[in-house]
Amino acid sequence: MTFLSLWNYWAIVVLMMLGLYVMIARENLVKKMMGLNLFQVSVILFYVSIGKVAGGTAPILLEGQPDALYSNPLPHVLMLTAIVVGVSVTAVGLALVVRIHEAYGTTEEVELEKLDGTGA
Amino acid sequence: MSAARPKMRMREKLVLRIVAKRFVPFVLLFGLYVQAHGDFGPGGGFQAGVIFAGGLILYAMIFGADELERVAPRRVVERLVAAGVLLYAGVGLATLLLGGNFLDYDVLARDPSAGQHLGILLVELGVGLTVAAVMTSIFLAFASRGRG
Amino acid sequence: MAAVWLDIALFGFLLAIAVAIARTRDLFAAAMLLGIFSLLSAGVFTLLDAVDVAFTEAAVGAGISTILVLGTLALTDQVEVPSKRRLLPVAVVVLTGAALLYGTLDMPAFGDPDAPIHQHVAPRYLAETPDAIGIPNVVTAVLASYRGYDTLGELVVIFTAGVGVLLLLGRGRGEDDPG
Repeated sequence: MTFLSLWNYWAIVVLMMLGLYVMIARENLVKKMMGLNLFQVSVILFYVSIGKVAGGTAPILLEGQPDALYSNPLPHVLMLTAIVVGVSVTAVGLALVVRIHEAYGTTEEVELEKLDGTGA
Repeated sequence: MSAARPKMRMREKLVLRIVAKRFVPFVLLFGLYVQAHGDFGPGGGFQAGVIFAGGLILYAMIFGADELERVAPRRVVERLVAAGVLLYAGVGLATLLLGGNFLDYDVLARDPSAGQHLGILLVELGVGLTVAAVMTSIFLAFASRGRG
Repeated sequence: MAAVWLDIALFGFLLAIAVAIARTRDLFAAAMLLGIFSLLSAGVFTLLDAVDVAFTEAAVGAGISTILVLGTLALTDQVEVPSKRRLLPVAVVVLTGAALLYGTLDMPAFGDPDAPIHQHVAPRYLAETPDAIGIPNVVTAVLASYRGYDTLGELVVIFTAGVGVLLLLGRGRGEDDPG
């Protein structure tokens, strides 16, 4: 019973963890940004899916139907902001990656650590 | 090096040029439609700004950033980035000066509902302006880095 | 009933694409897969009645993000060096995932109309919008009017991102970059 009513959330958690894995396990900076993007989209999926009302419709008021059932508009509003903030982070992050490549010649974390003199 | 024919620049690919030229006006028009109809269907400032920027970016990709400079000069676009934020904050300031709270649109017109309509229209316009200008500027910044 | 099968199919595709993005070393292919991921998630959003979010995700994720990643790849390398297999990231991910799954057991069932989230502010927004604001799209009404201050903050975030990228990448040819 729990699986039938919760499998949506579990699928989204798996997506989140895939995004997190790409972010922390891969060493290419651009790949890390893609992992961040994956993570962000799955978080937004999670948030929007908790606002869904079974049998409801999109929260655009229908003419002449005062008792229609609508899905919750509040998560949609908050997630609009989240998407836009996400693309802002992606833009600035990728601009930084471009500058790092210009300065060091590589976008691989291991080589960056060697060139910088830091790292294990 | 291989003996293949030299790579064609984007400008010389006939199909891309013709299709892009046909598409770009519709994309820009759709962006304006989404901006205006944000009250009645899905849409609003953010979506409209991104779609409008997408049309400009498509034009810049096919015909070159110099062509885009003739239509949307860089200095104008950069000023629009700030203009949208100033418009939004300006609406808030106007509501303060008219006696209401910050961003309380009820005081913008004689009828509170009309005031809300006006407030939302102006505010979404500001959002659309800034988002379109920022997306275009970011693309132009990335594109010009490769050639600079 | 068909919606459930569509849901399952879309989630299956999303998972397959996420695994493919993680495993491929060709960054150009990964960028394209990321665009497809965003577009399919826009489909899932539409199934979840979030039409505004779907619109924005399709435009921003499949449009702007893909362009940004491709632009970056044009300026940097296009192939990823294979990384060593390490145990620590897998362990962290498995632990975090297990904790999140344990947390979802406490949540109300998917689509439950009596969930706490639907009881406080949302019914007020849905009930008051026709009289107080008078526009049909409740999401725009909440975004621009009820939560207008947050939207101003969000606009400033985009503004800051634009300024940041312009500072980092310069404004064009002929700009001397002291570094």
